[in-house]
Amino acid sequence: MSKQIQVSGLDAYYGGHKAIEDVSMTIEPRSITAFIGPSGCGKSTFLRTLNRMHEVIPGARVEGKVLLDGEDLYASSVEPVSVRRMIGMVFQRPNPFPTMSIYENVAAGLRLNGRVSKSEMDGVVETSLKGANLWNEVKDRLNKPGAGLSGGQQQRLCIARAIAVQPQVLLMDEPCSALDPISTLAIEDLMAKLKDDYTIVIVTHNMQQAARVSDRTAFFNLAEQGKPGKVVEMDETSRMFTNPTEKATEDYITGRFG
Amino acid sequence: MTAIQHISTSRRIKDRVVQGLVYLAFALAVVPLVSVLWLVIKNGLGRFDLDFLTHSMRNIGARDAGGGAYHAIIGTLEQVLLASLISVPIGLLTAIYLVEYGNGGRLSRYISFFVDVMTGVPSVVAGLFILAFWVLFLGLPFSGFAGALALSILMMPTVVRSAEEMLRLVPNDLREASYALGVAKWRTIMKVVLPTALTGIITGVMLAVARVAGETAPLLLTVFFTDSINNDPFSGPQMGLPLFVFDQAGRPNDTAVDRAWTGALTLILIVMLLNLVARLIARWRAPARGR
Amino acid sequence: MTTNVRTRDGGSARSRSASRRSHGEGPFRYAATGAGVILLGIMAAIAVFLISEAIPALQANKGHFFSELVWDPNGSQVFGIAALAFGTVLSSALALVIATPIAIGVALFISHYAPRRLAGPLGYLIDLLAAVPSVVYGLWGVVFLVPLLKTPSQWLNENLGWFPLFAGEGAIGGKTMLAGAIVLAIMILPIVAAISREVFLQAPKMNEEAALALGATRWEMIRMAVLPFGRPGVISAAMLGLGRAMGETIAVALIFPATFDISFEILTPHANSIAANIANGFGEATPIGRGALIASGLVLFVITLLVNIAARMIINRRKEYARAAA
Repeated sequence: MSKQIQVSGLDAYYGGHKAIEDVSMTIEPRSITAFIGPSGCGKSTFLRTLNRMHEVIPGARVEGKVLLDGEDLYASSVEPVSVRRMIGMVFQRPNPFPTMSIYENVAAGLRLNGRVSKSEMDGVVETSLKGANLWNEVKDRLNKPGAGLSGGQQQRLCIARAIAVQPQVLLMDEPCSALDPISTLAIEDLMAKLKDDYTIVIVTHNMQQAARVSDRTAFFNLAEQGKPGKVVEMDETSRMFTNPTEKATEDYITGRFG
Repeated sequence: MTAIQHISTSRRIKDRVVQGLVYLAFALAVVPLVSVLWLVIKNGLGRFDLDFLTHSMRNIGARDAGGGAYHAIIGTLEQVLLASLISVPIGLLTAIYLVEYGNGGRLSRYISFFVDVMTGVPSVVAGLFILAFWVLFLGLPFSGFAGALALSILMMPTVVRSAEEMLRLVPNDLREASYALGVAKWRTIMKVVLPTALTGIITGVMLAVARVAGETAPLLLTVFFTDSINNDPFSGPQMGLPLFVFDQAGRPNDTAVDRAWTGALTLILIVMLLNLVARLIARWRAPARGR
Repeated sequence: MTTNVRTRDGGSARSRSASRRSHGEGPFRYAATGAGVILLGIMAAIAVFLISEAIPALQANKGHFFSELVWDPNGSQVFGIAALAFGTVLSSALALVIATPIAIGVALFISHYAPRRLAGPLGYLIDLLAAVPSVVYGLWGVVFLVPLLKTPSQWLNENLGWFPLFAGEGAIGGKTMLAGAIVLAIMILPIVAAISREVFLQAPKMNEEAALALGATRWEMIRMAVLPFGRPGVISAAMLGLGRAMGETIAVALIFPATFDISFEILTPHANSIAANIANGFGEATPIGRGALIASGLVLFVITLLVNIAARMIINRRKEYARAAA
């Protein structure tokens, strides 16, 4: 249940402003792809075009093609709702539903898709929480509010919620930027485990993190403020961090700007 | 896995049905507004003439045509002005207390809570209170001023709330800059905080005025009725425009009902004008707030 | 007083010294505090004077104030609040039942459905409903709505007459509880819609996005992330609307036929309320009659006070919750 994503000639706009321009890349299944780059270079925007969350913002639109195992997500017959069902997302700030319990949070996505028996639901919730390395910490308080957990636990709860619907791809938008180092480590361990089953795409500001967890890395940059962001270079992570082709990539990675 | 699955028909239908209901709700809410305004304009324009605006009902019999609302318009303007003169200072000072001096203490929490509760006091109860206190307890006569007292009770909480909101929008940096120059707190409030919040406060006051200008029940119990012009709000019964509409609408003949519609048209014009001016003032200062 | 005058004509702000600060500061602070205390005093005074002016009439009452189904303080001096209080509660409850679903729909329309550029002006349109004076709604109700309801009322009575609210013999339609309740519903709709709209707009964007990212439709997103968050706000908005409907006077005074019985028949001309009775009965009231009306006003004051306090407590608790969540 892991699929390849092929993007070709993708532009994204906020109203009249072009945020990213002419992005093409291939994201391989069962691997972790990291997007790095300075603030405002459009890497989060690009991530959100992959599950059609970009267009949720009023005035935002997308041009170009995103193929999921050859099927265009932006074809007119495809509904954004079913795209998002297949491509899960974890956000920068942990965002469990505040009025729901831990159990209900994990079950939320599954409940959308019709009736599921209690025992089946229990099983999915347990598997998902185990998959998110959270089961042992919360198994005795599944009916307590999700908002009562620590930041790192909340983020893993959000990951559990995302994988409960068994998506093809998991998009993570700076999932550790609001977390302490120990929680960050827990999430990174989790990602290494999840990549056996999912295509994972992660946006990160933290280059060590990209180097640690990802198999391939894409470097985003923009020519100047107000110009659209572009992909400067994309390659195996090991090569990007040791021997990048582009000068800009090297400058960014060695900390000369950004 | 094959093609991207479509969402189930039942989910799609549910989504569409709710969307339809939401649009329908909005349409339903607009219908009465259009209907009321249409009828008021259609039925009110007939008698909306110079005669109506410049004459009273004195010596106009129940079934006579003619007559006007001049006495009621004068009464309303005077009563609303007096009510503002009473409620704006008290309301503004209370807002200043809540924002600048209260510091979230027990007294300020009580005041804040009861200001909210006071917004819910029915207008007829405000009228009854002035009747009980002013007319029955103190033995003073019905007058425009008694009506203004009742209206001011309805205005106060609105003024407090809007002024409070505006005062809280004033950045603390401004206050601190002033204190740093050695300016006393009360001078800072008078010279820095209030001028900054002024347009917002004016907007709030005008919306409060617009609200009470249409109130009938408190006037009914406090200013009594008259068909004659009485320019003095401190002695003798006065009239008010809402009261005029109520009085004429209750009379069982067409000429009176025509006058009621025209009175309603005049009243709506006054209230809408106040609303519009208030919103324009608010919009005019809005960009400054955005920065 | 003199200190106040002296400090007023002081020089530039820069010259203000610590010693001069005390001159104006005291009076100003007392004035501000005093104004707040005056407000509390007014609330207390309303209760005190309504009670004190109601007592003589209550003592002169030859019937039982809480159970008598007669209102004749001017003649036989027998009067009771039961029928009026019943009418107030029934008409307001009906108004709430009609207004709340529509108000929630309107609020969702403005907050989540309308195109963003139109949302502001359309919201203002709904606010305009609140700017129409009560007496105008009354006039509209009598002249336009009452005749309009005649046929639908007869239809409801013939086809659904088994339902107690739609039951009744003889004259169907006219100046009924239903007509009054609809007018009340229109009048409270703007406030319920405005408050609901605000809480819906405050629903955390990140939770809405979380729902959408799970593959929720717009309605499912609203059900998961907006409605649960907004529920306490909507409840208190409805209660504020209820309080307002109970105290609404002139519109129902024009519409209600001023009967004095307890009847669930909302399609027959049986309707009255405390507020309507005060407006209609004040003109020819004797001193005992005025006292009786004040006593009824006291009951109305207490009921609306309780409803409002309850609504405010829900809102205030929610404020703390929202602050904690932020």
